[in-house]
Amino acid sequence: MYDVIIIGAGVTGSAIARELSKWQLRIAVLEKASDVCEGTSKANSGIVHGGFDAKPGSLKAKFNVLGNKMMEKLSQDLEFPFKRNGSLVLTFDEEGKDRLEELKKQGEENGVEGLCILNREQLKQLEPHISDEAKAALCAPTGGIVCPFHLTMALAENAAENGVEFFLNTKVENLVKTENGYKIETDKGSYETKTVVNAAGVYADVIHNMVSGKKMKIVARKGEYCLMDKEAGNYVSHTIFQLPGVYGKGVLVTPTVHGNLLAGPTAEDIEDKEGIDTTAQGMETLLAKGGKSVENLPTRQIITSFAGLRAHMADFGGEEDDDFVIGEAEDAPGFFDAAGIESPGLSSAPAIGEYVAEWIAARLSAKEKPDFKEKRKGMPNMAEADEEERKRLIAEDPAFANVICRCELVTEGEILAAIRRTLGATTLDGIKRRTRAGMGRCQAGFCSPKTVEILAEELGKDIGEITKTGGESRLLTGMNKA
Amino acid sequence: MTADIVIIGGGPAGLAAAVSAKEAGVDHILILERDKELGGILNQCIHNGFGLHTFHEELTGPEYAARFISKVKELQIPYMLETIVISIGNDKTVTAMNKEKGLFTIKAKAVILAMGCRERARGALNIPGYRPAGIYSAGTAQRYVNMEGRMPGKEVVILGSGDIGLIMARRMTLEGAKVKLVAEIMPYSGGLKRNIVQCLEDYDIPLKLNHTVTGIKGKERVESVTVAKVDENRKPIPGTEEEITCDTLLLSCGLIPENELSKEAGVLLNPVTSGPFVNESLETSEAGIFACGNVLHVHDLVDYVSGEAQTAGEKAAAYVKGLLPASKEETTAVSAESGVRYTVPSKLDITRMDEEQMIRFRVDNIYRNAYIAVYLNEKCIKKIKRPMLAPGEMEQVKLRKADMEQCDGLVKITIKIEQEV
Amino acid sequence: MEERDLVCICCPLGCSLKAKIEENGEVHISGNTCKRGEDYGKKETTAPTRIVTTTVRIKGGVLPALSVKTQDGIPKNKVFECIQALQDVEVEAPVHIGDIIFADIAGTGIPVIATKEVEKCME
Repeated sequence: MYDVIIIGAGVTGSAIARELSKWQLRIAVLEKASDVCEGTSKANSGIVHGGFDAKPGSLKAKFNVLGNKMMEKLSQDLEFPFKRNGSLVLTFDEEGKDRLEELKKQGEENGVEGLCILNREQLKQLEPHISDEAKAALCAPTGGIVCPFHLTMALAENAAENGVEFFLNTKVENLVKTENGYKIETDKGSYETKTVVNAAGVYADVIHNMVSGKKMKIVARKGEYCLMDKEAGNYVSHTIFQLPGVYGKGVLVTPTVHGNLLAGPTAEDIEDKEGIDTTAQGMETLLAKGGKSVENLPTRQIITSFAGLRAHMADFGGEEDDDFVIGEAEDAPGFFDAAGIESPGLSSAPAIGEYVAEWIAARLSAKEKPDFKEKRKGMPNMAEADEEERKRLIAEDPAFANVICRCELVTEGEILAAIRRTLGATTLDGIKRRTRAGMGRCQAGFCSPKTVEILAEELGKDIGEITKTGGESRLLTGMNKA
Repeated sequence: MTADIVIIGGGPAGLAAAVSAKEAGVDHILILERDKELGGILNQCIHNGFGLHTFHEELTGPEYAARFISKVKELQIPYMLETIVISIGNDKTVTAMNKEKGLFTIKAKAVILAMGCRERARGALNIPGYRPAGIYSAGTAQRYVNMEGRMPGKEVVILGSGDIGLIMARRMTLEGAKVKLVAEIMPYSGGLKRNIVQCLEDYDIPLKLNHTVTGIKGKERVESVTVAKVDENRKPIPGTEEEITCDTLLLSCGLIPENELSKEAGVLLNPVTSGPFVNESLETSEAGIFACGNVLHVHDLVDYVSGEAQTAGEKAAAYVKGLLPASKEETTAVSAESGVRYTVPSKLDITRMDEEQMIRFRVDNIYRNAYIAVYLNEKCIKKIKRPMLAPGEMEQVKLRKADMEQCDGLVKITIKIEQEV
Repeated sequence: MEERDLVCICCPLGCSLKAKIEENGEVHISGNTCKRGEDYGKKETTAPTRIVTTTVRIKGGVLPALSVKTQDGIPKNKVFECIQALQDVEVEAPVHIGDIIFADIAGTGIPVIATKEVEKCME
């Protein structure tokens, strides 16, 4: 019997797991995918929002501002890349200036610090490539960028190191109320638990509706992105938003924490909760919109495009529509939702984790764990290491001198470390998200055969069994002449 | 460590450059190769058709490479395998690493860039759809089949009719896959006629010109792709879409010289070729840094790579021995005009050029019964009639030093395509 | 009399050839621009051959596949038979370029030879 079972190993589930692992509780995380960070958490803007654009009083406003403040220390404790590069919201017309003022006031009400309005000249000075059409901007210096994979993996790994059990490739099929809690039926058997946390992303409505009469509807809101080469990474230094309105919902242009340039997302509500295909229409829209923010968006430098799904709370009986739904279900005691976690979900995750964990710990009268390990060692990174660090790593293991992915300078040592560490990679995408192998300009053309070979050897498998993302995503179909 | 010449890349360009530099009398040469063996991409090009110009016989890729590898061994030219170059300073200090030596630097007198090229990936092609397993560049698939003995798929659609794509259509067919279609966005194939006939027609594989892939379905593994006809602006025409069931999409959509290292060294690149600007000595904008092979511009025949690399090796040797005078500021531009996309070299220093100078270039379209014309300033000195010119084929013309010297006040050499009047 | 359409592969021109095969087996080529085209057309009509390049399995090398080729062109209609005959062939390193891997492929009398040097791997 578990004390808590969390459904979903995205950033929200992992943050909750990590916070709960501070308490003396038996905790498990169930995840249907083959790795953590496989849903909404893997395909988003990677932005730590300032917190000015959510309605004052909303959960989005509250957790965003709190989460933003926590991110710095968390990134140091858990060693994941995070940078406060600041955000700018542009207006392209005079009337927009009033709306920037309103936004500023709203942000201040939410508790966002350091907001200011920049005029055109100040803006141009700060960001030389900004569009000549931009008239003014709201500047939020607390806005930041984070690697969404590493944030999620850091939280999950730290949780695992503190005793949380992760069950991957485990899909929840049904939830049954029992005398002492819940029985969770999965495709890999059943689990008994006192409490349940629903952090199932776009499927949070399905999970919620298994136990609650107050029905929830989450719509998958697709967002398409284009990622540009690191050569274009310095095109802007801030995250550039536009005033929502005339040009539709915000397409942003931002450097990523790894030094690429990212443009996106579009916004389209779709039926398919797995519908992460990109579209010609979407690409056109996002490049047109992104192109408004900066002069000559370097679209020739696009190295990949992708789409993610936001878990948008479409209907929960009125009040909470459009907001996060966080808390115990009215008619299902011991069942906690962390649902509708769309933007600013990544920014909010640490705060949501803390809030949910404290609530559950209180409910279960849990005691604090005296030996909680607050720190987690980050992934070794040759590309970003200085010469001394590189030499140190190579001295430790010469595999750090054997480059596998030449575009991103990822070595055999890093790939081995990604496989061998807690909650290690088992798939090609798992390696990619942990080490960046295959994320560069050749998009794995050269390194994937070598990475597959290393994975097979480490996992004791034949290379034919290695998958891209688990399930049926096998990379090879058989031997020659077969 | 020090070396007279460091050669980055042990493929056909690096090997030929090493051999010629050694034969020109430079002893202290070092080849740095990132793979487990010398030979570069030739090792996976197991088909034949290589070497007709160089050896006057038809060899497979590994056989062609072996000729140069044995020469390198015979001449006892040192090389390091599984060694990656991390940076080249503009003082020609090369920083590299490998398992044996860790991180190390080599102070070189001259550097020859011979890193080759990479394939254009899906992202750069902006193909919409899902991102499942089963989408490979043709070269990656070639590596799996020819070096690992593994099939990356069973039912295949190929986008792009470049030679690697055509070769892989045949290769996968022979190994038991069904290649359903080769789609080419252009109105003509970028591949050799011989490959169209022997790789596609021999096996009844359809080639659809003016077609592209507009969608990919399949959440885990590719399940189908959508192919549509394109208009003259290469935009898909609505209503012409056809969904083709397959488990694999191979991309053979062009090659891009790999010049990330060159850029860091301060070498200026030509946006048309994505390779360095070079002068008559195949020397880049950085004195003492030379370039040859596919890192300079993408070649169609390896024989031309070897020839070009031989020149680079000789010139680098001359540079090291102090026999190559510093290039003058006011060199003569070689200008690519009407129909010619670029030329290599893009400028000449007549005082440094050999008696004969090869100018290599590519045309921008298919031309029939046209002339390759060479102008010195405004005067036409050469017109070569060609029944056929195609973008897929590299062209070359020879310039004579004597002609240059006779021309008073020569400032510009122009290469262009002229149609019959 | 039989007629066949061919595309010449001798150069980038890619002439469309027409081959007329007389009752007595004599072949006439038209559409060619040069002598090479005529020769190609005749050969392709009467006795088309192909050099087959493929791989066989190898033990003890760095990689599991060894590249091979038919030493000469074999009849075009024997290509698949050639591939099938090599299906179960496995050799052991070391192998040298030119080593005979299969003596007489598909009854053509032509051997299949190695096209790569593979040293014995120490592991």
